[in-house]
Order: sequence, then C-alpha cells, then structure tokens
Amino acid sequence: MDRSARLVHRRHFLQMAALGLGAAGWRGLVSAYTAPAGGPAAPLWVTERGVDLVIARTPIAIGGRVGRAVTINGTVPGPLLRMREGENVTVRVTNRLEDDHTSIHWHGFIIPSEMDGVPGISFPGIKPGETFTYRFPVRQNGTYWYHSHSGFQEQLGHYGPIIIEPAGADPVSYDREHVVQLSDWTFENPRRVLSKMKKQGGVFNFQQRTVGDFFRDARQNGLRATIDERMQWGRMRMNPTDIQDITGSTYTYLMNGLPPQENWMALFSPGQRVRLRFINSAAQTMFNVRIPGLAMTVVQADGQDVHPVTVDEFQISVAETYDVIVTPKEDRAYTIFAEAMDRSGYTRGTLAPRPGMSAPVPALRERPVRTMIDMGMDMPGHETSGMAGMDHGAMQHGATPKPSATAGHDMGSMPGMGHGAMSSGAQPTPGMPGHEMGGMPGMAQAGPVVARHGPDTHGPGNTTVAMVQRSRLGEPPTGLDNVEHRVLVYTDLKALQPNKDFGPAGREIEIHLTGNMEAFIWGINGKRFSEVREPIQLQYGERVRITLVNDTMMEHPMHMHGMFKQIVNGAGPQMPRKHTISVRPAERLSYEFTADEPGNWAFHCHLLYHMEAGMFTFFNVPEPSGRGRS
Amino acid sequence: MTRLARGAVPAAGLAALLALAPAAFADQHPFPLPPKEWPKPVDDEMPFVFLLGDRLEYQTREGPDARVWDVQGWIGGDYNKFWFKSEGEEVDGRAEDAEVQALYARRIAPFWHLQAGVRYDPKPRPSRSFAVLGLQGLAPYWFNLEATAFLSDEGDAAVRFEAEYDLLFTQRLILQPRLETNFAFSKVEALGIGGGFNDVELGLRLRYEIKREVAPYIGVNWNRQLGDTADFARRRGQDIENFFIVAGIRLWY
Repeated sequence: MDRSARLVHRRHFLQMAALGLGAAGWRGLVSAYTAPAGGPAAPLWVTERGVDLVIARTPIAIGGRVGRAVTINGTVPGPLLRMREGENVTVRVTNRLEDDHTSIHWHGFIIPSEMDGVPGISFPGIKPGETFTYRFPVRQNGTYWYHSHSGFQEQLGHYGPIIIEPAGADPVSYDREHVVQLSDWTFENPRRVLSKMKKQGGVFNFQQRTVGDFFRDARQNGLRATIDERMQWGRMRMNPTDIQDITGSTYTYLMNGLPPQENWMALFSPGQRVRLRFINSAAQTMFNVRIPGLAMTVVQADGQDVHPVTVDEFQISVAETYDVIVTPKEDRAYTIFAEAMDRSGYTRGTLAPRPGMSAPVPALRERPVRTMIDMGMDMPGHETSGMAGMDHGAMQHGATPKPSATAGHDMGSMPGMGHGAMSSGAQPTPGMPGHEMGGMPGMAQAGPVVARHGPDTHGPGNTTVAMVQRSRLGEPPTGLDNVEHRVLVYTDLKALQPNKDFGPAGREIEIHLTGNMEAFIWGINGKRFSEVREPIQLQYGERVRITLVNDTMMEHPMHMHGMFKQIVNGAGPQMPRKHTISVRPAERLSYEFTADEPGNWAFHCHLLYHMEAGMFTFFNVPEPSGRGRS
Repeated sequence: MTRLARGAVPAAGLAALLALAPAAFADQHPFPLPPKEWPKPVDDEMPFVFLLGDRLEYQTREGPDARVWDVQGWIGGDYNKFWFKSEGEEVDGRAEDAEVQALYARRIAPFWHLQAGVRYDPKPRPSRSFAVLGLQGLAPYWFNLEATAFLSDEGDAAVRFEAEYDLLFTQRLILQPRLETNFAFSKVEALGIGGGFNDVELGLRLRYEIKREVAPYIGVNWNRQLGDTADFARRRGQDIENFFIVAGIRLWY
C-alpha cells in the first residue's frame, strides 16, 4: 500500500523507466531553452498525506519563442498525478499568481461538489497567496486530467494528466504506458483572441474560399451549381470553411508541452504492448490522431473501459480522453500524428525503440468543408423516406424540461427509431450509414433524420436552427468521412461492463446549443449564462435523459461535471459512460444518467472560448434526507 | 467495477421506474445554490472596445488632393453598445466636411444593430446637428450595410445608404467594392443640397492584410452629384463628377 511497495511492482517499474528514458530522450533532442519548462515533469503519487501544487506565472519557451505561461509546479503540462482507486487523496493548491484567482477542476471525477473546483459554482476560487486543500475519495479509475476553471488559465498551460490505478485487476494488459497530452498554445493574450473574434467573423480563418476556388468549382461542378451553392451559403451568411474558430494562424499545437519540431519521444521495445493515454487539453482544438504503420486498439474512453475496437485514426474532441493499445513489432520509429481538425496545423511525437529517432511526418490533408447537413437544411430528394411518418405536430420542442410522455414522437416509420418509447432497452440505432445518400460530397454517410426544429429561433444570440436534426453518432467525425482506413465513431463505443444504473428515463430535458458565429456569441437555448444564472433542477435519484440539439455549425464538446453520461448510442446496457461528448452541427443526441450525486454541477461547452462567451449552465441535484432510500 | 448479473438489469430498471412516483422525491432537501457573492463562473458580459479606421486615405484628383477619414467604433457587449462614427475630408490642411455621430446601438437580430443618437457636422459652415436612426449589419450574401436616417435641427430629413463587400483573391488580398448614396427629403439650398437622390459614390479598393488588423490599400473612387444638387454645384462652377485614385490604410483594433 505504501509508495515503495507500488514501485517494485513490475509494471510500475517499467512505467517509471519509460518516463525517465522518455524525458532523457527529449531533453537530449531540444535546445537548452526548453530546460526550465515544457515537456512532462516527473509524476507525483497522490495519497492521503498529500502533494503540493503551486500555480504561478512562468516564462516557457515554445518553438524558439518565450511565452508567459500559467504553470503548475513550473511546467506545462503540470506533473502527472497518479492515484489509486479506493484511496483518499489530498492536494494542496497554492496560488502564486499576482493578480488572479485560480482553481483546479478534476476533469471527469465523481467527487463531492465542493471539491469540484469551479469558481462560482462549487467554491469561491483560490485567491492570490491562498492555499486551498482538496481532499476526496477516489471512486473510479482510468485516464483523466486536471485543469484551471478560472478565466483563460487553461489556454495558458494550467493543465496536467492524471492516471488512476484500478483497485482490482486492470482489464487491459500492457507492458508500458505513455501519456500523450495534446494542447494548443498562443503567444497572444487569450482575452485579445476572444476580443478579435467578437469583432470580426473568421478572423483566424486563413482557409476561406477565394475567387480562384469559385472558378475551380465552376469547372468541376458547373457554373450554375457553383453559383447556387455559393448563394445558399451567402443567404445564410455562413462560411463553409468555419471548421475551428481559432486556427494554426495563432496556435502552436503541443504534445506533452512540446511543439512538433521538438518531437516528443516515447520509447518501446519491439513486440511490447504499449498503452497510449491520449488527453485533449486544448482550449479550442479537436485533433485527428493516427500513427502511420500502427493499428490502435481503443480500450478506454473518458477513463471508462470500453470493448476493444481497433481503428487506424480517431478524432479526439476537446476534453476527451482515449486510451489505445499499440503493438509495434518492428525496430523502427513511428510518428504519433495529431492533426488539427481544420488542418491548419499539427503536432507530433515519436514512438521509437531508442531516443533520437524520428519517422516521416505526414503532410497536412486538405481542410474539410461544412455541408448543408451541418446546416440542418432539408436535402430535397435525399430524405423523404425517413421523415414520412413523423408526427410533425408533436415536434414543437420547447427549451424547457418536459415529461417524456408528451415527447412521444411517432417515429414508427423509421426502422430502429423507437425514440418515443423512451425505453433504453429499445434504443435507436444511430448511424445506419449510407442509405440513399450518395452523390453529394460529405453526405455519403449521413445519419438518419430524427427530428425537426420547432418555431423558436432562440433570439439574436443565435443565427440558424437545425431545421433537420440527425442522429450522427455513427458518422465519421468531420474531415474523416473520406479516409480509406478505419475511423472511430461514437457507435463503436460500448462499455466493457454493463452499467450498474440502467433503465428508462423518467423525463427528457431538451437543450439547444446556440450561437452566433459572426458576433462570437455562444449560449444554451439562446441565452448566455449571465442571462439565466439558474440551474437546471434535477431530483435526487431520478433517471433523466438529456437531449442535446446543436443549432450551430460548429462542434461542441459538451462536458458534464459530477456524473457520467451514458450516451444513447445503441449499446443498450453497455452505453458508454463519458464526461464529454462532441455534438456535431445539426446533430440531435441523447444521454441518460441517474442524478445520484448531490451538488451543483457545471455543464458547458469545453471549447474554452465558447464557455467564456456564455455556453455554460449547471445542474442542481438535491441531497437525500436519510439513508433509508432504496 | 463489478459485473452485474443479467437479472440485475431489469431490477434496476424497476427501481428507477418506482422512483418516478412523486413521493419518491419528497424525501430529499435542496442542495444550496452558489452564493451570490462568489465570482461568476464565466465572464460572459465582458465589454469590448472596437475601433475601425475603414478608410484612412489620400485621394489624388484634378485640383488639390484630399485626405479622407471614415472611422467608427463601439464599446460594449454582445447586445448593447455605445457606437461612434466620424467621417470627413481635408483639403490643404483644412477640414471641408466633417461629421461625428454618437449612438446607442442594440442588437435586434443576429446580424443587425439598431442605432439611435445624434450627429454633429462642424463643417461645412454653418454647422448643423441631427437626430440619427440607423440600421447596421450584415445582409444576406455578405453585404455590409449601413442605412441611416437623419433629421436636422432645421427639420430637414435625409437618408444615407452605404454598402461594402469583400471579395477574396487570396486569404490576404481582398477587393472591396463600396457604394454610397444620399437621399434628401427636402432642399437645403444654403448647403447646396437638392431634394431626392443627391449623389452616388462608387469605390473599388484592393487591400492586403499584413495582419487582419492592418491592411494598406490602393483603389479608385468615382462620385457624381445628381438632380438639384448637381445643378447647385454647376452654378457654383464645381465639378459634378469626380474620379480619384486613392491610397490608404484600413486598421482596426
């Protein structure tokens, strides 16, 4: 149970050796300026006796320039924290910032509300000079991370990885492990970044369509079709090249704190099963991850074990984690390639048998474009069959919670679409790729239409509504619909063990994700947090279904604190448990959970700039009065 | 995580169903909401300051060259702003035309601000004051529009319409056509303003965005006075049609 006992365990010995060698590897490769910070620090074991974390402003060098980061114990990312399931842990956090509050949120933790670390929701924050002591029992295992929930500190480097050892045997066997924490860095002041987006739409987008593109498209698709298509986007004042709000024009993408040219290094011996724990700690960037030459077997998502699924590439949305097993057999280097979803940049590292090696780095692929499906538009001639039997009259979705009985959409004509029944046992099967959808780019694998939008347009803070809402959990993520290898989709995820809490939800709460791209206003049901400030009230012990409708044209990785979401993806009792789910444009998806953790629980878009612009709310779960509840 | 026996699943479902009865929720007490004195979790009402020098340019033409400014900006949040505008023309170091506007603006639709306030023209003499009501925003097909109605302290009403469009040759080389026209509901002979459409101005500016915020440009500008306004100008021996080459810089913060 004590620390030394853990270290003699063979696997831990290997981990430590790997981390040590890895560190030696990259320090040997990069110039002296990265020495004070950048790259992973030595791991810290967190026990009841506790560890100390100090938050401070520290100059760090990234790609030859020096920026002022907000660091945890002097590094970006902060130290890897290791914990063991079933133990109590203590973390003392001292704020050495001169002029700013700080906080640490334990991302994905089932935790007492007052330890959740969201200033204004769970505690008042940590003032300059103060020390706050986090103390809580560890009730789960897997890969997680921690980060500031104060202002833009997360953008400036205030994040770090967490590995929680299972109390029992790990269902995943591996010989060696490495954390791969992805992030984005800007030398600009994040407030200035936000301010620019408030003033000019597309300010960071240097991949917009030009006059030249118009003529190229006219040659390829015909003049008439090209004009029609441009007019369609122009009418909506939407830009199909809006893939990410903030791009490689200001961002440097980091892997474990290092930019691509500094080549973060991870070691293996040929034939070893290597567990890579990917964490996306970017403020605003989704990554597409692949390791050319190696298949990746996904074994965990958001810290929760899943049925192994082998893919060649996966998208990791902001704040998600994926654990994959790779088994490199050859004595050569492999590139871990993480390409920004909009292809405006990348980061990479190297998996190699010896330090100092590298492998070819793939070229950036062409940036994807949004389609009319993303805009929630009707596609004449592409739909009809699915929608024919829907009871449109019953689809006047309000923004407020309502009992499921009134949400009984008649979807009888849609095979596998038993939405109205609300029975988790008869879940819809999202995905159903490729029925009668050929012919249009990016639409070959579109998910089925499951609902239409009601008359509410959500006010001036919202530009469009998803008139036609699709189930998109079975679709390859944005930009990966045309690749010729295996890509992870959300319907691939199945919890390794059936969920303990499972059953029909008592009610459905429909939440619309809204925004105004041009003005960079983001909200929930058309309102920024400050315009509402009231929680979504839940009852203790109730099982609830949250249905999210994305009325915007951007992905939103929606993160719920305090309780895991069970994603309604057709896996029945093995619905995957996630803390964050990326909701695609014009997507309608549901998750269910049992409100069994009393407290105030933040629920927000994990794109930092969307959250700070107002895409934030919280749930309130009351406390049970006695212990006699069944 | 322990593996649940298959039979446990329906049992859990039944328990959840039983929990639906309102009585099942009575046995609980509220979890207190965050105290009001705590800081806000997100700073989503932060005000911003926007400054735009849309045209800061030098115009060469027959006769003396001119310097033109057309600037605006706002301070405020997503929905409510204080907006100011100023434009004018300077020839030989003397301001020939100058106006300033101070407006309250409210976002009334996703792409539109309604503006109301005052305008003061120190030049030309005699100076004049106006009440202003305007609509500014982005129209379908990406046209930046400003439509503004003015009512002077003498009771004269007029409308100004401005439109701009950005055509991207590359990500940084952008051609901007610009149209402006003025319509007066009444004559103001002392200032050479006729009734109806007074003038029309067309510009074509090619800018290069060194940064998004910094873009030098060159271009051409053509304007023509119309109707009675043109007659007044002719009588004074002024040209009713002008063509300039312009060079300037577009800046914003």
